[in-house]
Amino acid sequence: MQLLAQQAVQGVIPDVAWSLIAPFVVLAVGGILLITITSVVPALRFNGFPAGFTILTAGVSAAFLIPVWNRVTDDGPQSVVGGALAIDHFSLYSWGVICLAVFGVGALLDGYLRREGLDGPEWYVLMLMSASGGMLLVAAEDLILTFLGLEILSIAVYVLAGLHLRRSDSQEAAFKYFVLGALSSAVFLYGIALVYGATGSTSLSVIAGARADNPAGLNPLENSSMMLVGMAMILVGFAFKVSAVPFHMWTPDVYQGSPSPVVAFMASAVKAAGFAGLIRVFWQGFGWYFEDWRAPMIVLAAASLLVGSFLALPQTNVKRMLAYSSIAHAGFMLTAVQAIASDDTEVSVLAAEALLFYLLAYTIMVVGTFGVITLVGAGADGRGDGAHSLDDYVGLARSRPLLAGMMAVLLFSQAGIPFTSGFLAKFRVIAAAADSGSYVLAGIAMLTAVVAAVLYLRIVVSMFLASGPVVAHAATDAAVDDEADTEDGAGAGDDHGDDEPVDGPEVAMPRPAVLAIFVAAAATIALGILPIVDRGLLTDAATALVALK
Amino acid sequence: MLALQLAVDAGPPSTFSVLPALIAVPVLTAVLLALLPADREAEIKLTALVGTVITGALSFYVLWQFDAADGGLQFVSRATWIESLGLSWFLAVDGISLFLVVLTGLLFPIAILTTEPHHDPKPYYLWLTLLMAGSMGAFLALDLLLFFLFFEVVLVPMYFLIGGWGHGNKVYAAMKFFLYTMAASALMLVGIVSLVFLASGDTGGPTFDVTILAENHELSRLASFLVFGSFALAFAVKVPVFPVHTWLPDAHTEAPTAGSVILAGVMLKLGTYGLLRFGLYLFPDVTRDLAPLFLTLGVIGIVYGAAVATMQTDLKRLVAYSSVAHMGFIVLGIFALNSQGLQGGIIQMVNHGVSTGALFILVGWVYERRHTREIAALGGLQKAAPVMAAVFTLVMLSSIGLPGLNGFVGEFLVLLGAFSSARWWAVIATTGVILAALYLLWAYQRVFHGPADGENAEMADLRPTELLGIMPLLVLIVFMGVYPKPVLDRIEPAVDVLIAHIEERVDDFEEDEPAPTERPGVPGLVATAEAAHEGEEGEESADDAESGSEEEG
Repeated sequence: MQLLAQQAVQGVIPDVAWSLIAPFVVLAVGGILLITITSVVPALRFNGFPAGFTILTAGVSAAFLIPVWNRVTDDGPQSVVGGALAIDHFSLYSWGVICLAVFGVGALLDGYLRREGLDGPEWYVLMLMSASGGMLLVAAEDLILTFLGLEILSIAVYVLAGLHLRRSDSQEAAFKYFVLGALSSAVFLYGIALVYGATGSTSLSVIAGARADNPAGLNPLENSSMMLVGMAMILVGFAFKVSAVPFHMWTPDVYQGSPSPVVAFMASAVKAAGFAGLIRVFWQGFGWYFEDWRAPMIVLAAASLLVGSFLALPQTNVKRMLAYSSIAHAGFMLTAVQAIASDDTEVSVLAAEALLFYLLAYTIMVVGTFGVITLVGAGADGRGDGAHSLDDYVGLARSRPLLAGMMAVLLFSQAGIPFTSGFLAKFRVIAAAADSGSYVLAGIAMLTAVVAAVLYLRIVVSMFLASGPVVAHAATDAAVDDEADTEDGAGAGDDHGDDEPVDGPEVAMPRPAVLAIFVAAAATIALGILPIVDRGLLTDAATALVALK
Repeated sequence: MLALQLAVDAGPPSTFSVLPALIAVPVLTAVLLALLPADREAEIKLTALVGTVITGALSFYVLWQFDAADGGLQFVSRATWIESLGLSWFLAVDGISLFLVVLTGLLFPIAILTTEPHHDPKPYYLWLTLLMAGSMGAFLALDLLLFFLFFEVVLVPMYFLIGGWGHGNKVYAAMKFFLYTMAASALMLVGIVSLVFLASGDTGGPTFDVTILAENHELSRLASFLVFGSFALAFAVKVPVFPVHTWLPDAHTEAPTAGSVILAGVMLKLGTYGLLRFGLYLFPDVTRDLAPLFLTLGVIGIVYGAAVATMQTDLKRLVAYSSVAHMGFIVLGIFALNSQGLQGGIIQMVNHGVSTGALFILVGWVYERRHTREIAALGGLQKAAPVMAAVFTLVMLSSIGLPGLNGFVGEFLVLLGAFSSARWWAVIATTGVILAALYLLWAYQRVFHGPADGENAEMADLRPTELLGIMPLLVLIVFMGVYPKPVLDRIEPAVDVLIAHIEERVDDFEEDEPAPTERPGVPGLVATAEAAHEGEEGEESADDAESGSEEEG
């Protein structure tokens, strides 16, 4: 007691600006409350209470974002909790994206858990915990807190990945994710230690300042090798989280095995938080060294683009395909990240806008896409999470035209077809890359986007155009089709006789999930046509981000 | 033009005209179709028809209100879109795009009237109307990115039309079409943003406005070359120019009839229009330097397309390859880089849309009745279907380029233009005209003449509605052949403006480079410019002589 009082006198216990970190607190406390309530009142474990509570929590958290945003607009960026958390427009924007992901995944989880007969609230609790960790990660101004956020974010997701207790795939995915994730965390921590050794602090502003304050003793080749190795290790840790090549190995397996709504969360919130945390640490903390870390970012970006899009081609499992596609998307986002690294503020702002828009657009469309995958994954028995082959999508346009239509919109958006958010996201990234002079990387990005389009088109073909199994016997089927056509002289004008309507999967359509997918598809088109987020939101967030250095 | 100058002076003000309706009406029709229940097939077709007819009527309204003497942009419609990126919603027509817009407005209702989907009419018409909106947008857009958006987005409806309602190996053809063209235009986006940012110093901030870019950008030689290359690749695939044409026969052969009509009539024009508007207009110097390459490819396309068409056993594939040849003429005309060549190229775009569109409709009718397109399986059709044979004859002769029909006007002008600036290419290209007569007449002979056996003898002739549907095209074929003046009168001022722009820009370039000896192209350049002037003056008389001779014929 005495010790505490003493510390308080010395000002070691920092003053906490609760109103500014309310969005984060609501999410974390909401998770704790949910597990408490459902433990005390077991009757609330079912009937959608946890889902409703989660969505409400995310809603309250998002609602708190608005006054905080306005306060930051008026008073400028704030550093709270003793300089550990930065409340600026960039943090708040990223928090908003994370809230969106929680919204969508909460809506997907409800129907999924009912369908699978799984026991409820811990899924939501873990998701809320993970999301609060993500919020911590993106706002952290101290590497220790960054690490804390990263671990809260990750550990909850390791558990979520294995929470479908009856499926051994899910266990395997969780185990793989955990082992590799723990390794990357260790590397990350080592990196923090080295940076601390080089600069004497874990605070991002001190790390940046220590460098700027002593221009005399600066010789990157002699004195900063420890710093450079530390930065490289931290980069490896982040690259693992955002599944950038060559740290992507876990992605296809984990995406394939994990419960589909959890994959939606991994691809949206975890990835968005990872990228936001990455750019905060590297721009705010290591901005001084951007010429050193820009080159590895370019390599990571190019490798992710190439590997992600080309390795997606031979896949026949839709979840694996989208795992590779998420790697390719990571390549696009890294293209924007490397473009931020510039001396020219205007170039940096353009690139920051591209990155932030990409995070938002990708979060929305990937939640929608995995929403459809969640629904279709039930397969013929209406249960299980195993129907993810391309064949399971054959005829979906006939049996569930609305679902197939929304999926087509989301997939075309991922492919970057105009008038979708995916196009504008890619366009912004290409513009940023060109503006920063990385023409070759921009060219690679666009060409691999075409390669990646093949995989989205294959799913579209299954849903809309295929008249039989597309995976197993595609070649022979085509041959039969051709013969049928040429012999089909008397067939009353239809060489479409072989197009007997295929009975697509009778997918169950739980309302919250369909609503979430619909909102995602509608937002994907709206963001692709109207500059909704541009004024105010995007520009402010990007300017705040660039101002960090 | 006034609005344009204002835009340069005082930031872009919002102006509006009838043009957005050309895009909005088909989109609204598509929305309406999506809301109709799928089993109301009659209402669905009627909705689609009414929507496209209204759009077509609006395009004719634009034609009617168009000021023929003005070579600049008319009906300018402009609103900012994403301000921070310099994007604007900038639509306008001039003499170059006017007739392509009208062609689009004409061909879609005709395609809907003359063909029927075999199943699922609702999504079929939905895709067709969206395709119409996209095509209109691409011809109207004068914001580079807006053009690119429309240029890319038309792939989606066409992909579904080929894949869903096509024949044979349709999914393969649809995928090939989609990926081929998407791959080609992928680098174009990089080219666009590179141009915009490299030129942002010259244009006062990043802008995608084509007119501002064309007037002001001062890209280095290498940058111009690379950006032009990225554009030219995208457009060359779309045209398609010779070595990158291989998607076309598959897509055309497997596509449903309406798809083929639109593909040939409208979508291929996106390529040549793009070369003209975004290649030549933005990069006149690079275009001039690369003209021999494109002339060569165009001529190869003419001869190769014609030779391969001769050897086809499938009637639809034959027409598809004839497209390769005809598009070669348009490329030849554009890269002749003089007034006649450009006018010929533009009018030939319209002619090709009309004639080849009609040919595809006719082949579709034959296929519907006989369930085969094999030339060997057909024969003597004129006995059972004399009206169809007559219509086919007229369309075929137009496609061959018979004087008095529309095809002649375009080909003649193209060859005239090419002859004055690139003599030997024109000489070789002329053989294409002869080959066209060979493959089309030979095909006609095998399909319509000779003894009719079995099913060929019993084939139904054209129904009155079908004849009515294709009639506008037949009227155009004759009208534009006999009296092309109203069309040329509207094209010519725009071409003159374009040529003046080329002279101005290429002269600028000369002044920037004070060492003419290092640039072997410079002496020739002056000669070209003079030839272009002379060409313009001689134009009128050539025109008169030509229509005179046609009337005699």
